Amino acid sequence: MTASIHWRENRIVQDRIKKSIAYTIVIIMAVAYIFPLYWLIVTALKTDLEIFQQPPPIFPPNPQWQNFGESTTYIPFWRYMWNTIVISGLTVLGTVLSCTFIAYGFARIRWPGRNIIFLIYLSTIMLPSQVTLIPLYLIFRDLGWVGTFLPLVVPHFFGNALYVFLLRQFLLTIPLELSDAAKIDGASELGILWYIMIPLMRPALAVVALFTFVQTYRDFLGPLIYLQNQQDWTISLGLKLFQNMYGAQWQLMMAASTLAMLPTIVLFFFTQKTFVRGIALTGLKG
Amino acid sequence: MTISIRRPRLTKQQRRALIVGLLFISPAIIGFFVFNIGPIVQSLQYSFTRYNILQPPRWVGLNNYKFLIESDRVFRIGISNTLYMVLIGLPIHLVFNMLMALLLNTRIKGLSLYRSIFYIPSITPVVASTIVWLWIFNGQFGILNEFLKFIGLPPIGWLTDPKWVKPSLIFMGAWFGGNTILIYLASLQDVPYDLLESAELDGANAIQKTFRITLPMISPVIFYTIIVNVIGYFQYFTEAWVMTATRDGSAGGVANSAMFHSMYLYQTAFQQFKMGYASAQAWILFMIVLIATVFLFKTAGWVYYHAED
Repeated sequence: MTASIHWRENRIVQDRIKKSIAYTIVIIMAVAYIFPLYWLIVTALKTDLEIFQQPPPIFPPNPQWQNFGESTTYIPFWRYMWNTIVISGLTVLGTVLSCTFIAYGFARIRWPGRNIIFLIYLSTIMLPSQVTLIPLYLIFRDLGWVGTFLPLVVPHFFGNALYVFLLRQFLLTIPLELSDAAKIDGASELGILWYIMIPLMRPALAVVALFTFVQTYRDFLGPLIYLQNQQDWTISLGLKLFQNMYGAQWQLMMAASTLAMLPTIVLFFFTQKTFVRGIALTGLKG
Repeated sequence: MTISIRRPRLTKQQRRALIVGLLFISPAIIGFFVFNIGPIVQSLQYSFTRYNILQPPRWVGLNNYKFLIESDRVFRIGISNTLYMVLIGLPIHLVFNMLMALLLNTRIKGLSLYRSIFYIPSITPVVASTIVWLWIFNGQFGILNEFLKFIGLPPIGWLTDPKWVKPSLIFMGAWFGGNTILIYLASLQDVPYDLLESAELDGANAIQKTFRITLPMISPVIFYTIIVNVIGYFQYFTEAWVMTATRDGSAGGVANSAMFHSMYLYQTAFQQFKMGYASAQAWILFMIVLIATVFLFKTAGWVYYHAED
């Protein structure tokens, strides 16, 4: 008996040591992850002389809060923000709309061949974008769309295989009897989708909307290729190209970068649960 | 009457379901042909031509491919740098992300706070965060070299020394990996606890539990992240572009040490308007990605699928 008590005590001590090691590493890593963001804000608050001071002050000696205001005129910040929001908003609309219909068609209507066609469709996820980049550019060029938002937005109205997969998985968990009962009552497929499925799908649709928004908001290559007029640029494109053109007013670039990050960070804090649920869903099976 | 052999026909109801089903997925069908299959075929056609947009494409046979493979040094550097990212950067990132997830899965307090901290870099705009990294890596005024000076080491040209650029990009890339950490963490939390407990009663230690139970249980998720990221890393562009782009629009760093396949393709297609030549570059990469994907699926014996339930 004493031996077993001994063993348990040992166990508790061991657990505690393990825990404190885990804590120490997690906290060190957390500090390391925060540091670049901290450095971004600190640099944004410095004067143009303090930027080049050596060694660099770890706290801003006299915080230049007006840098944030100045940065929004140094680059046409609000203009670029508006462009980014418009492109992201339309992209979300197109993705959510099209993926809802497509996923419903694959998951809730029993037509012959649907599984094999779904697999073929899903394989497009594995296509590297370089392959279609040039022909798509030439098509949009022939349509006269280069230099407008259309090439960035319109393709999203034709579905996204990953999100169709996610919504289909979700729809498959809803018992088919629910649809059958509605059909007996004379509901059409569209009626079932609108009145029964969409209310049930809301959590999954929120995931698709959020992920699509963040992805579009962060995009750089698309706008780089298609947006040619300076007043049409997105915030990412504007930040980079301004830095190239006018050399670095580092503290203002940092202030503008901080402001550009804010929307997604705020969004994350308000919708954290949806994000976490979405991440669990995307990792679900292969 | 003769007996005719008939194909099994669809019933009226099945035919109706087929029509309605196809109607619902019609955006996907259109998207599949207009944005995927069509462009793939076109890109193959362009790859056998010389095409500068202004004049119609001119057939040159295999010349583009021949030139790319035999004489284009920058293209070769781009491919080898991209492979460096896929073969060295990606494994480092995935192992690191898994370690972080295992660490967070020890039922520590304040999990949601840590989760947010690790996740935020992967949702903020890449360009905005890369701008601060440019400043951190800055050879003269960067905090990293300041730190090296502080501990008595010589400064490093993080982005200017060809030896260091790719390690620097990998170092920075770890910071963007929060998404994968959270995917791993979510799957770790699904590993049934009683399985681990009974192994413990049988005398398994932490390392045995991790390698014999936890990792096999989540191997489908690991496989998924490998596939998705291999394809993603073959397209590696934004980070390297933002880190190395200069005022005149060129990019790729000193001696092309940070030139990646997609960057060279971008320059060829959209700065020099050699569409045929760039399409051939795309197709060589496509073949490499295809081989890599087939290889990964063929060697996926280590992936453990639970019995269907």
